[in-house]
Amino acid sequence: MTTTPEPETRSIVSDFLDRRRESIVAEWSGAPFFRTAGMDPEQAALDGAEVLAGLRRAVDKGEANNPAAEGFASIRSLLEALAVQQVHDSTLVAQTAAQMSGLKEPLLRLWAEEDVPRELVAPGAVLLSGAVDTLGLILLDAALTATRDTIASQREQLAELSTPVIKLWDGVLAIPLIGTLDSMRSQTATESLLQAILDQQAKVAILDITGVPTVDTMVAQHLLKTALAARLMGAECVISGIRPQIANTMVQLGIDLEEVATRAKLSDAFAYALNRLGLSVTSTGPGAV
Amino acid sequence: MPGVPIVKLHDVLLVTIQDELLDYSVDELQQQITEQVVEQQARGVLIDISVLDVVDSFLARTLHDIAAATSLLAAKTVVVGMRPAVAITLVELGLVLAGLQTALSVEEALDILHEGGRPRRTARR
Repeated sequence: MTTTPEPETRSIVSDFLDRRRESIVAEWSGAPFFRTAGMDPEQAALDGAEVLAGLRRAVDKGEANNPAAEGFASIRSLLEALAVQQVHDSTLVAQTAAQMSGLKEPLLRLWAEEDVPRELVAPGAVLLSGAVDTLGLILLDAALTATRDTIASQREQLAELSTPVIKLWDGVLAIPLIGTLDSMRSQTATESLLQAILDQQAKVAILDITGVPTVDTMVAQHLLKTALAARLMGAECVISGIRPQIANTMVQLGIDLEEVATRAKLSDAFAYALNRLGLSVTSTGPGAV
Repeated sequence: MPGVPIVKLHDVLLVTIQDELLDYSVDELQQQITEQVVEQQARGVLIDISVLDVVDSFLARTLHDIAAATSLLAAKTVVVGMRPAVAITLVELGLVLAGLQTALSVEEALDILHEGGRPRRTARR
């Protein structure tokens, strides 16, 4: 694979790719590779021709085994688009790359029918096969990049969504935490809560963990630290919604929340917060006691 | 190196730290504040640290000491405007400065100083 094919082989193979492009594309564009990509036959034929043109350029330059070659670079965006399509259709990436080998069958069969000197048949086939393998690699690479990008953007969205800071009243903030808290999430929660305290000059911040099923030592420590940091800034933190199991765990872990106000429910914490601000809620309806 | 300005406003001393302080200036600041409290017969000290990106353990400790010393002199100390990053760092270092009054804004700090630590709006629940 590493040896550069003779220039003679290269020129004959390039010539073959030029001459037989149409028949190769005609056979290949009916292959499963294009069918799964959900393309109409015309578009498939055009794309196929473009892929072959790129392949030919790479073969011509003797770079058939180099994914970074100039010839491949020109069709990379096309392959990337195909890869993104397949990632979205949640086809297996490996399957996609394997389907690229579907090009080999028509290619090699037509090559075998060529009238070339006997000693060039085998090197030519190796060259073509190698070039198609490189295409597969590029496709795999593009698919992996597309997947990675998707995951990164989803992770970002998740981090944003998972720590919403809500303003309940002038000077009262709440951050309802839902789901499993890991140390990264609690870190994000701390940062956004403290920043919101600063931005909105909030006097009381409610950390509501009603939706948190379990709390480990590290997360409990983190909640405590958040409360203490808020206090250093001049605000007060109230933790609400500690489940019985979590309370038990925290006691067993020896985590002391003495410095921090706790309330059973978010509503209790809110009432406490209003009280701290010197406000109260009065019923005025007919049912008022 | 210029010292930290200490401004008297009625019975409150306003101390605005405008730059990071070296340890000896921190010591000096503590002396100045305690002396001024007595001299000016101040009832409150307001220390604004909102411009500081970094508060080291020595300054944190000293702020705590100033509060303790002024309270012996019958004046209350409030630290104003600690940034989130500073607060987190101090907590991580274990410096929670229990007993030190803090406030988000100068306005609120003045409320605390005048109302004995409670907000002005004192409507009962």
